[in-house]
Parts: sequence; C-alpha cells; structure tokens
Amino acid sequence: MEILVCIKRVPDTSENEIIVNRNGTNIELEDLVYSVNEWDNYAVEEAIQIRDRVGGSVTVVTVGDEEAEEVVRREMAMGADKGILLSDEVFNGSDGKGVAGIIKAEVEKGKYDLILTGALADDGAGQVGGMLAAMLDWPYASLVICLEEIDDKKIKIGREIEGGNLEMLEINLPCVLSIQTGINEPRYVGIRGIRKTASVEIPVHGAEELGLSSESVGESGSNLKRLDYFVPDPGEGAEILEGSADEIVEKLVELLKVRGGIK
Amino acid sequence: MSQGDVLAITEQSDNVFRKVTYEALSEGRRIADSMGCGLTAVVLGAGENVAKELGQYGADRILVADNHVLNEYMADAHTNVVADIVSREKPATIIVGASTQGKDMSARLAARINAPLAIDCVDVRIDNGDLLVTRPMYGGKILADIVFDGKPQILAIRPNSMSIAEHAAAGAIEILDVDVGETNLKFIEKKLDTGKIELTEADVVVAGGRGMGGSDFSVIEELADLLGGALGASRSAVDEDWRPLADQVGQTGKVVSPNLYIACGISGAIQHLAGMSSSKVVVAVNKDPEASIFSKADYGIVGDLFEVVPLITEEIRKLVK
Repeated sequence: MEILVCIKRVPDTSENEIIVNRNGTNIELEDLVYSVNEWDNYAVEEAIQIRDRVGGSVTVVTVGDEEAEEVVRREMAMGADKGILLSDEVFNGSDGKGVAGIIKAEVEKGKYDLILTGALADDGAGQVGGMLAAMLDWPYASLVICLEEIDDKKIKIGREIEGGNLEMLEINLPCVLSIQTGINEPRYVGIRGIRKTASVEIPVHGAEELGLSSESVGESGSNLKRLDYFVPDPGEGAEILEGSADEIVEKLVELLKVRGGIK
Repeated sequence: MSQGDVLAITEQSDNVFRKVTYEALSEGRRIADSMGCGLTAVVLGAGENVAKELGQYGADRILVADNHVLNEYMADAHTNVVADIVSREKPATIIVGASTQGKDMSARLAARINAPLAIDCVDVRIDNGDLLVTRPMYGGKILADIVFDGKPQILAIRPNSMSIAEHAAAGAIEILDVDVGETNLKFIEKKLDTGKIELTEADVVVAGGRGMGGSDFSVIEELADLLGGALGASRSAVDEDWRPLADQVGQTGKVVSPNLYIACGISGAIQHLAGMSSSKVVVAVNKDPEASIFSKADYGIVGDLFEVVPLITEEIRKLVK
C-alpha cells in the first residue's frame, strides 16, 4: 500500500492570544512558534500503522516555504519513509483550492493507493482533502475515526457523524480520507529520532516540475478575496452574582428567563 | 450583476430536516430578497411529503430528487446530483449548512465546479450588490471578512449562527429524475447513540472541566438533560479521559454557539474560550474568582459546582413542571 499523507506547518495558536497585523490582512505571525498541524499527526500515525500491517510505504508531503521542511523531517522521524516539499514563490497566498491543486499535481507524478489528511488545520475550513479528491475524481470520506478491514481494493471505515455517532462505510481504493483526532495515539518523537532524519535529502518540487501555471496557484488562483481580519468583540466580562447560594441561583434563573437562555 | 437564484441544499436524515437546513433556507431567503431573486431548495433522498414544508421557510421552488441511493449521504453520489442541478439551474449563490455533511459536500462541489467557497460563515451581508461573509479562523479568535470572485458562490453557514424565519412562499415542488452516477462508497450501517444531541447544533451546552474532579459528570448531565442540551468538556477533562474526544469544546475540538452555555469547573484556557465565545449567553460556575472563563461569561457564580449546579437544576425543574 503506497500511502501519501498531507501535512502542514502552522503557527501554534491554540494556547496563545492572536493579534491581527496593522493592515488587517493577516495575523501577526512573528512571535508565534511553528509546528506541525496537530491533526496531521493522527493521519501520519494511522498511515504508519497501516503500512506496518499490510506493507508498502508512507510519504509525507507539504506545501510551504523552505522552513516547512522541518515538519516533513518531524513526521519522517515518526516513521514515514519519504518526504516531499512542494515549494515555489508562486504558491504563496494559495487558498484551499490552490493547495489541493498543487498536491494533485504531485499525486499524479507518483502512484498512490491512499491519501490521508488531518481533519482540519488552524484556519478551520478542513476543505483540502475533499477538494483534492474531487480533482482526482477519487472517492473521499471525512472525519474517519476508525479504520477496520483493508485490502488492495477497499477499506472499511467509520466516520464520526453528528452527535458523536458513527457511520460505517466501505470505500474503494484509491481514495482520500480525512482523519479525525482520537483514531489513534500519535507516537512520541524524541530528539534522537529527529536527529536521524536531519540529514535525509528532501526533494523539493516547484511549479515547473509539477506542470502548474502560475495563474492557477497562489493569490491569482484564489477565488476568495480576503478583505479584513479582525478580532471579535471581547465582551464586558461576567456579572458576578452575589448572595447566598439559593439567592444566586434564583437570580440566575430569572436572568436566563429574560435573556431567553431557558424556556 | 449576473442574475441567478439562490440555491439552498437541504439535509435530512430519516425524513427529518436538520435544524441548520432551516437556518440555511432562512438566510437564503434574506439573500434572495436583497438580491431581488428567487430561492430554490434542493431535497435529496426524501419525498414530496417531506419536502413540501420548506415552502414555509421561503422556498419559491423545491427540487426533489427522491432516489433511494441518496437516502444516506454518500459524498460522491450527492455531489454528482448537486453538480448536475447547479449546471441546469445556474444559481448565483449556493447556500448549505456547515454540518459534517455540508462541509464535506461543499468542498467537493467547489472543486468540481470550480466555484469559490466560504466554510463556516457566521455572518452574511450585502455590500454594493455583492455578498460579504464573515468566517472565524483559528477557532474563532480571529474573524475574516471575505468576498467572492466568481459565480456561483458557495456559502456553508455555521450551525446556530443564523436565525430561522418563517416566510410563506410558493414552495412549488418539481420532481427530478436524477442520474446518481457511479459511487465508490458503500453504506454499511450507522451506529447510533440515540438521544444524544449534536454539540454544534444544541441550543444549550453544559460543559465540565478539571473542576469535575473525575469521570462522574452526572451532576451536569442532569442539568443538560433537563434543558434538552448537550454535554461538553474542556480539553483537560478529555485529556484526563473523563470524557470522549467528541465532547471536547475548544479550538482543537468543537466550536459551539448555543443560546446558553454553562461552563462548570472550567478555568477558561484560551483554546477553550475560542470554542465557545460565540455562545449567546454564557454562565460560568467556578471556585476561583480569577478564572479567565469569567471574562467571556455573562453571568458568573463563584462557588463549588457540586453545590451550585444541583440548585440550578432544582430551580429549573420547578419551571419545567
């Protein structure tokens, strides 16, 4: 089984406040620490487990600048066999569709049976997997939370659907799956592992090698125009209810009746 | 501006429409009225009897594709059918709920028909005749205003963000004979934990954090049940294995915007606040008066949740009776 996992280097925003830059065109990235998108670790772990079960190889691929190489090495230290960096100045500013198009071009250069992505990334849209599948005309399932039988024709999977429920499907290969957190426990990567992959050659493919025109990628290929980033109104903070426990609760329920929180 | 209607893609399961479908229709109606065009609803995998009620939510026309293959959502089959309808109807705007299914289908559709897509819209405005949408990024810490370049523009709206408005319209049913095309997916079964309410669509969410002190969430579960709400958890509660990952509210979990969010024993780490700060009314119960959850709450109670929450439950039970 030849497996490709799409990964992304992202600023770690989850435990930090984020500031919008002066022009309102992006967030202030300077002070942020970058790492691999947390969701992608689950996809890489799952790929490694599949490979260990049925054989084959795992390749990780990312679209980004030269600094994105570090996340490729990190995931290789987890156990991926190969890494590819898709990098070109003209890729800058690509939206989800642009990124999917770039990865598609790489997929067509190789021969993969299965493509995994994380369920979503920092910006929260979680759209690249579905777009990539549509471009390749491969079947796609999102939010995969369990992966059961696998053979060279099909996989039996479970998707997380609303209410934390499970939907079991059989999907034909080749296919694209977005992997939900919780499907496995991504292995820990130690310094030693990272050191081992530090000198591995990571091939870099640009627009020309991928046969992509500069109009189809980057900002010119995007059909969303980002106007403005802003921070939501922080609100005023809580009105702390005072009194005895009984008084407080009575007051709260009255307030909620008025505010429409309860019927 | 090129003419073209608003096309609302509905979502149903076992012949019941999701709440976000009514939200999408209502918002679609508002867009159609501002643009001076019509609203067409698309119903897949259900019959005329189910579909006809959508006239009450502003649909001028209702296209019904009652093919049994479409009863369960299959990404490829549904996208095939919707893409065919789009090429026939030539809408200017496509609106869909950003549910699990809606996100999945809209991404695939956008790539298929090469259309701009904004996922998780929380606000829609018309600016000089163009749509301008707001979508959260980084779990809601940042909002971005976006305009589209090209038609049809696809909007997937976040559940619980748009109001539902009844609006009588013709609701003229047209039965479609659709070609489902080839499908590479086979539905096997659904494993349902029945009665559980979807976090992202719930009107009320009662969530517990480290202050719960263990995996026994019954005290807040009782309150959630009484309010017809869903149970949520902070990342620390999930990390401790007290609750499943599917219950996690926050930047790395689910982003919720219920009418009422009750945070119990949750200190309010930034990543948690990102996941719930768009809730309409927030109540926080925490022992620590300095807990940062109070900064995002409307009403705060400084106290022991095991003492306060049962009292709230009791007080609300009086109302329900």
